Amino acid sequence: MKKRKIGMALSLVLAAGTLLGACGKSDTNKPADTSKGGDKEKAFSVAMVTDVGGVDDKSFNQSAWEGLKDFGKDNGLKKGKGGFDYAQSTSDADYSTNLNTLARQGFDLVYGIGFLMHAAVDEISQQQAKSKFAIVDDEVKQPNVASIMFKEQEAAFLAGVAAALQTKTNHIGFIGGMKIPVIERFESGFLAGVKAAKPEAKVDVQYSGAFDKAELGGTIASKMYSTGADVIFHAAGATGNGLFKEAGDLKKKDPSREIWAIGVDRDQNDMGPDVVLTSAMKRVDVAVKDLSTKAKDGKFPGGQTTTYGLQEDGVGLAPINSKASNKDAIDKAVKEWVEKIKSGAIKVPGTLEELKTFSAK
Amino acid sequence: MDYVIEMLNIRKEFGGFVANDNITLQLKKGEIHALLGENGAGKSTLMNVLFGLYQPEQGEIRVKGKPVHISNPNIANELGIGMVHQHFMLVDKFTVTENIILGKEITSGGQINIKKAEKEVREISERYGLAVDPQARISDITVGMQQRVEILKTLYRGAEILIFDEPTAVLTPQEIKELIQIMKTLIKEGKSIILITHKLKEIMEVADRCTVIRKGKGIGTVTVSETNPNELASLMVGREVVFKTEKTPSTPKQDVLEIKDLVVKDTRGVTVVNGLDLHVRAGEIVGIAGIDGNGQSEFIEAITGLRKSESGSIKVNGKELMGFSSRKITESGVGHIPQDRHKHGLVLNYPIAENMVLQTYYKKPFSKNGILNFKEIYNKARTLIKEFDVRTPSEYTLARALSGGNQQKAIIGREVDRNPDLLIAAQPTRGLDVGAIEFIHKRLIEQRDHGKAVLLVSFELDEIINVSDRIAVIYEGKIVAVVNPKETTEQELGLLMAGSNRKEAGEETHV
Amino acid sequence: MSKRLRSILTPIIAVLLGIIVGTIIMLVSGYNPVDAYTALWNGAFGDVYYTGEVIRQVTPYILAGLAVAFAFRVGLFNIGVEGQFIVGWLAAVWVGVAFDLPKVIHLPLAIIAAMVAGGLWAFIPGLLKARFRVHEVIVTIMMNYTALHTVNYIIRTKLNQGSAKTGMIHESASLRSPWLQELTTHSTMHWGIMIAIACCFIMWFLLEKTTRGFELRAVGFNQDAAHYAGMSVNKNIILSMVISGAFAGIAGAMEGLGTFGYMAVQGGFTGVGFNGIAVALLGGNTALGVFFSALLFGSLKIGALSMPLEAGVPKELVDIIIALIVFFVASSYIIRVVLDRFSKKGVK
Repeated sequence: MKKRKIGMALSLVLAAGTLLGACGKSDTNKPADTSKGGDKEKAFSVAMVTDVGGVDDKSFNQSAWEGLKDFGKDNGLKKGKGGFDYAQSTSDADYSTNLNTLARQGFDLVYGIGFLMHAAVDEISQQQAKSKFAIVDDEVKQPNVASIMFKEQEAAFLAGVAAALQTKTNHIGFIGGMKIPVIERFESGFLAGVKAAKPEAKVDVQYSGAFDKAELGGTIASKMYSTGADVIFHAAGATGNGLFKEAGDLKKKDPSREIWAIGVDRDQNDMGPDVVLTSAMKRVDVAVKDLSTKAKDGKFPGGQTTTYGLQEDGVGLAPINSKASNKDAIDKAVKEWVEKIKSGAIKVPGTLEELKTFSAK
Repeated sequence: MDYVIEMLNIRKEFGGFVANDNITLQLKKGEIHALLGENGAGKSTLMNVLFGLYQPEQGEIRVKGKPVHISNPNIANELGIGMVHQHFMLVDKFTVTENIILGKEITSGGQINIKKAEKEVREISERYGLAVDPQARISDITVGMQQRVEILKTLYRGAEILIFDEPTAVLTPQEIKELIQIMKTLIKEGKSIILITHKLKEIMEVADRCTVIRKGKGIGTVTVSETNPNELASLMVGREVVFKTEKTPSTPKQDVLEIKDLVVKDTRGVTVVNGLDLHVRAGEIVGIAGIDGNGQSEFIEAITGLRKSESGSIKVNGKELMGFSSRKITESGVGHIPQDRHKHGLVLNYPIAENMVLQTYYKKPFSKNGILNFKEIYNKARTLIKEFDVRTPSEYTLARALSGGNQQKAIIGREVDRNPDLLIAAQPTRGLDVGAIEFIHKRLIEQRDHGKAVLLVSFELDEIINVSDRIAVIYEGKIVAVVNPKETTEQELGLLMAGSNRKEAGEETHV
Repeated sequence: MSKRLRSILTPIIAVLLGIIVGTIIMLVSGYNPVDAYTALWNGAFGDVYYTGEVIRQVTPYILAGLAVAFAFRVGLFNIGVEGQFIVGWLAAVWVGVAFDLPKVIHLPLAIIAAMVAGGLWAFIPGLLKARFRVHEVIVTIMMNYTALHTVNYIIRTKLNQGSAKTGMIHESASLRSPWLQELTTHSTMHWGIMIAIACCFIMWFLLEKTTRGFELRAVGFNQDAAHYAGMSVNKNIILSMVISGAFAGIAGAMEGLGTFGYMAVQGGFTGVGFNGIAVALLGGNTALGVFFSALLFGSLKIGALSMPLEAGVPKELVDIIIALIVFFVASSYIIRVVLDRFSKKGVK
């Protein structure tokens, strides 16, 4: 009995921690309207299938899960069946099983997080025609599937502008995870941003080939910094953690040196308060919550693709580090570009093909 | 009587198999007590009981008159019992001292006091005339020296009673002499010794008394000075044993094996067979005498295709076999009883039956179209097991489970059954007891009488002289003399083997 | 106790031990073990759908296990099953996508392509081992990475059909069957299990009943004796690696032609090849043993997916419990080996 009590106490503490985390998050980024939901008829339940990263990957899956938790909280749902929940995949082969399991358990809307789940969502949505599905980062053309896409290039563009204005050496680095369309959007947007703000700056682009190799990220970053780069942007998931470590180490050795890193997906300032210039944020949480709310209200955009960009607050740039010497100039420039993008005055390229013809004029 | 160890009516079973049945062994203080028995008779089991590795089902062990319960080797050590194992338990990369103190390190503040240990080791070594360098690395010293390190280890741990498990099996004749000296010194210093062996000569030379066991049963204890080798042998085997193998004079015919100017390098690239000439005729046994390391192993490996030769010629029945694979050589009528039966002769994890067809499995009737015919394989195995008196529970028993003598019989059965024109026997009786040795010698002579050529390599001069029709002496990779066994002596052979000019010994010229 | 009985009993006891320790851990951390194990069981066999998924998961495990076991029986440690699996997968998918043939030709062709690809991938370490005595563990580990990145490159640049994956294979190369899916209410089960079972039989027959197997096993037990008996040690080393690689390649084909129907750029190793090592060791490197241990691993893998959802047990705890079961099973294998050695010494 005693043991059980300790165990319960432990899980309570954990749960409290999770809740607090969720609260902190929700304060900053969601509309104030939280009063409705959770009262009428049968609750609308949602669940998601993570890819192999899991819900604590400090990035994509985590962000999506936070969105779900937020939604659940707003609507008075509990974690578990009939509320909100997730299933973690340990290999690619688990995607279909997990999607199917969640659908079978009667969740009203099931998310597949990540383009890797394309085929699985496509297949299961046909088998479970009565359930609703959604996929993030890819498009599945089925009547009961809603697709969520992001204009990552817009956030990356702003990051490019910030990098261009901050660099002293006119040498900037970009570390990609794998050469896949999502990362390509980051790359082209970033390159376009640099080009728009400072055409003479050069960008060194390298791909690590993996999203989970921090040591590899560190090696690439070290190489870039030592050959003259002073700002590096990564779109490489956990591989990017190596970038922050490398940047932090260099800064510690020589505090006067200009060393900057730019984070991705969420505000990664916590990864290195002295070296993180800003982050190109991709608000999976916002999108997931938004789509869930729509679905609950009977406005499920089945068969359609919803694209979240600057306009929809689906992407954005994190606050510029206050220690950055050009912070004011950057803030000003970013604000201008945000306006231009939102107004449609310029269209940020989403592929390297489009980048070729891109002009900031 | 003043017994230091008494093992009374010991019985030990392994799942229905009785390894020791009512055996009594009493060791007096200051004696060398031999434990004699054939391979598989239960000597090791009995000693493992004494050393605490096995618990007996029945019987009592007394140390200095007091009944004791030895449940593990540590207790044996505390009681002053030390074991010198046949297979040394040494760490190659450690020095002598490090090996000796292993598990009994003298430490001061967490650090090993190696200087102090070395000093102690040196003292013990000098006291018993062991002449071991405490700082030498195990990998750098000879097998004989390694054995002395094992002895030192037991002494360092305060052993009063030393058990030697077949200590001479791995030693050269010179080293054996030295070991006997060491054992005598140990006795003089008040230790008592149990010597496990099946070599009658050694018992006659060093032991005071001898306990004989046969097939797990205690046969009795005799005083060595009141007995003779013949009596010991018949006690051990259970029947009369003939030491001198009877044979008729040979009637050699045509050459079967002709070797000309053979050159072979060893693994390190050193030329160890250097222009060797030899021929063996049908109907004769040629014995190769020589001190270990004069190229015998490489020579045999070269003619059986296990090692590449540099140059020269190897002909069997007039056919050049130089550079052939071992399979082709086997198929050309060569049988080979290898020197190391565990390394080359057998696949220990194969049943005895599968070992019986190790070279013939791909031929009819043992297989057809690449599929094995187990019925035929087992039939063949049963025939050979019977014919060659291989003592095994069944043909399905793993070769590993057989005693050395029976393993060797199985190999000989296999090789003889292939009916080769040339049979090469490399140390065919190493480590075997007299019964098995007698059997094997008979078989070799039988092959000769059937008109086969037999090439025998051995380090045992007795064996060479007894069995061979001609003796070729190998020295530094060459045949330096060929002598008639009837007209030579051990002394003469010894001199030739040591490389002295053969004119001092006279007789016959080169091949 | 007879040896046979003991060898059957030990894994069962080990699984029970794993479950007991898992129970204790769950009790201590405040979860309901009954719920958790019920979820595990139901997640694997509670519904015909899940049983289908288990069989689907077991299929590549059997083949990867056979691959490891086969090499092991010849005394080689093929760590490269993962890499051979990946190239086999790609080869099967490539044939499945690039050609349009009748099913009787197309499907076997795709499987053979996977076999050949896996076999070739394993041929290199085999050759290096035979020729230059380069240790196969080192070479196969390195070749896993080579396989992963080469295959990713090929998919990205040559076979990319959007979203960094190949196109779907033609129906004529697919192992899937509407009938099986119907039977298991839309699981991803496919005909591959038949191939895996056939391969178990092939491995058993090849090793135990043929002269080639006689040689391979002899080389595995004692190279010197095999050489003495006139067998070509080098040839058998290479051959065993190639056969092992072919099994791994077929495992890849199971994923390519059955489970997925395409191949996506891999962010890391799939783990199938590495699980194959555990499957083989647990199965005592015999065909039948591999079959049953793959069944165990596959059930645990699929059943575990349900534990967080049904019983609220966190994923990490599930991993620990699964690892415990594997740990006990694996260590019982060690204990059994030790016991066997001990009793053998005794008989002497």
